[in-house]
Amino acid sequence: MSKIQPGKLAVIVIAAIALLTLPILLQATGSNSWARIVDIALLYVLLALGLNIVVGYAGLLDLGYIAFFAVGAYLYALLASPHLADTFPAIQAMFPNGLHINIWLVMLLAAAVAGVVGMILGAPTLKLRGDYLAIITLGFGEIIRIFMLNLDRPINITNGPKGISQIDALTVFGFNMGQRHTLSIGDWSYTIQPVTLYYYLFLFFVLLSIVLSYRLQDSRIGRAWMAVREDEIAAKAMGLNTRNLKLLAFGMGATFGGMSGVLFASFQRFVSPESFSLMESVMVVAMVVLGGLGHIPGVILGALVLAGLPEVLRHVAGPLTEVTGGRLGPEILRQLLIALAMVVVMLLRPKGLWPAPEHGKSLAK
Amino acid sequence: MDVLLQQIINGLVLGSMYALVALGYTMVYGIIGLINFAHGDVLMVGALTSWTIIGWMSSASPDMPGWLQLLVATLIAMVVCGALNYSIEKLAYRPLRNSPRLAPLITAIGMSLLLQTFAMIIWEPNPKAYPSTLSREPIELAGAVISVTQITILATTALTLAFLMWLVNKTNLGRAMRATAENPRVAALMGIKPDVVISATFIIGAMLAAIAGVMWAANYGTVQHAMGFMPGLKAFVAAVMGGIGNLAGAVVGGIALGLIESLGAGYLGQLTGGVLGSQYVDIFAFIVLALVLTLRPSGLLGERVADRA
Repeated sequence: MSKIQPGKLAVIVIAAIALLTLPILLQATGSNSWARIVDIALLYVLLALGLNIVVGYAGLLDLGYIAFFAVGAYLYALLASPHLADTFPAIQAMFPNGLHINIWLVMLLAAAVAGVVGMILGAPTLKLRGDYLAIITLGFGEIIRIFMLNLDRPINITNGPKGISQIDALTVFGFNMGQRHTLSIGDWSYTIQPVTLYYYLFLFFVLLSIVLSYRLQDSRIGRAWMAVREDEIAAKAMGLNTRNLKLLAFGMGATFGGMSGVLFASFQRFVSPESFSLMESVMVVAMVVLGGLGHIPGVILGALVLAGLPEVLRHVAGPLTEVTGGRLGPEILRQLLIALAMVVVMLLRPKGLWPAPEHGKSLAK
Repeated sequence: MDVLLQQIINGLVLGSMYALVALGYTMVYGIIGLINFAHGDVLMVGALTSWTIIGWMSSASPDMPGWLQLLVATLIAMVVCGALNYSIEKLAYRPLRNSPRLAPLITAIGMSLLLQTFAMIIWEPNPKAYPSTLSREPIELAGAVISVTQITILATTALTLAFLMWLVNKTNLGRAMRATAENPRVAALMGIKPDVVISATFIIGAMLAAIAGVMWAANYGTVQHAMGFMPGLKAFVAAVMGGIGNLAGAVVGGIALGLIESLGAGYLGQLTGGVLGSQYVDIFAFIVLALVLTLRPSGLLGERVADRA
């Protein structure tokens, strides 16, 4: 480890202050909409960092990533909302106040379930060419969505297209993040909105994932993943168990997705199949690709750009939509830009907007 | 009415459309090893183009017979799709031919999304009714019914397949295609221009997809920008099932998948006592894919093991 230079330290301090004061500024705009946008963007950063392990480090294309997110979200939705108790008398009898399982327990459970599902999914395909994995994961994403849509009959488990509402908000050591809290010192008082609290929580998780990602990248496993990504046959010849490594990457990415899903459900307090369409999976892939496969700052940049884009478009697209007679609405423009981002970036800057300085090389200092 | 026979007829019709699309996948994969995710969307462009053409023709010359309108629309759709797929290959896939495998795959997905978005801009996102140009009088057949459209689909598929087999097995272009699929570098040494062969493959694949698209639209009576994605995906599954890179395999796989889906949709509710209904039909293709990849990765008729890392 080299000593941190003063210039770098200043940048870190300024970034930290900016990140910490941002929600207070956003709250000062008077409405929660901007703070919500930032919160969602942070969730996308979490997802993109998770997918980066799979696509960026191990070079496996996962087109159903949002399915793991959905698994986590629905797990929390079922275990911490009145839905199951309302549907099943047996559960109602056991938990007269409805199911309210602690979110941290559910998060561990979601991590385990998503990881195991990911491994089961990866097992038959990972020993084959990577292309098949893309199709299998795509199919898996659709299967999960079809089940979410249709499992409201004959037994109502997911409540179908209507989704599950009244999900518990997150509590940290008994501190409810879903409510307003007012700080008052003497005459001065300040109200903190739930969106602001969630911002800090998501920021914490993003920082945690960044640290984890960097540690993984420099670890023995991380280097092995990159070896597999660059040349699988050579990696095999060096004695790496490529199949297990790929399974591990896939499972670990799924774990990230599942945990982010739990956070999403507790933040939205409502889940429905609509939030987990194929388009979302493609968008997360686009984020990782746009930013720079395998390069963490790039991935974060990509996630922020593509997550913020729809909001910017909503303001910019108005006149354009009118000129074109409603044909170029903000939704269509967003999709157009995501598609163009994927094609153009691959053609012109295949390593992304902010690529790793020594992509695929050894990490020797 | 005989349910089994009816489902078999429906399955054959569905399967022959899958087969046409699967051929496009398998030819492209056989030659450059790329899953062309945008292939299903070429089908969509074909269907929407023919919708526009039929709309024009029926307003310009209302007494033109329906079958002629459909024929002209199909031919124009084939030309449009051929040109489209040629440009896609030239602009998006050719520059990436020697890059790492992930790059063309991601481009292909982007391309699929791009085609859908353009279709949304040109044709607007709402689903449109596809005019029925052929007689709507159903024909009784041993207790089941079959429509004129369905008979036309089966006949067209048979004709197209016969033509394709002739093209691939008897012409110089077909020989060049097979040689390039076998080994592009040696083929180039023999005086074959790989770029020309690859372009031809994309054009032929797109024309087959255009035919399938018009059939799909005529059979289901509705068209919209997202209609191509699922058939495209399932056709890929069919191609893998038959053994990717193998033309006969694509046809066998397509028809098998069509039958599985159709019979599954017909009997799933009965078999599971009403727990799972026909809304789960989309799942079959992926279960089939997982099973094939686990048990017989080279497919039903596949020759070589699909590992060329």
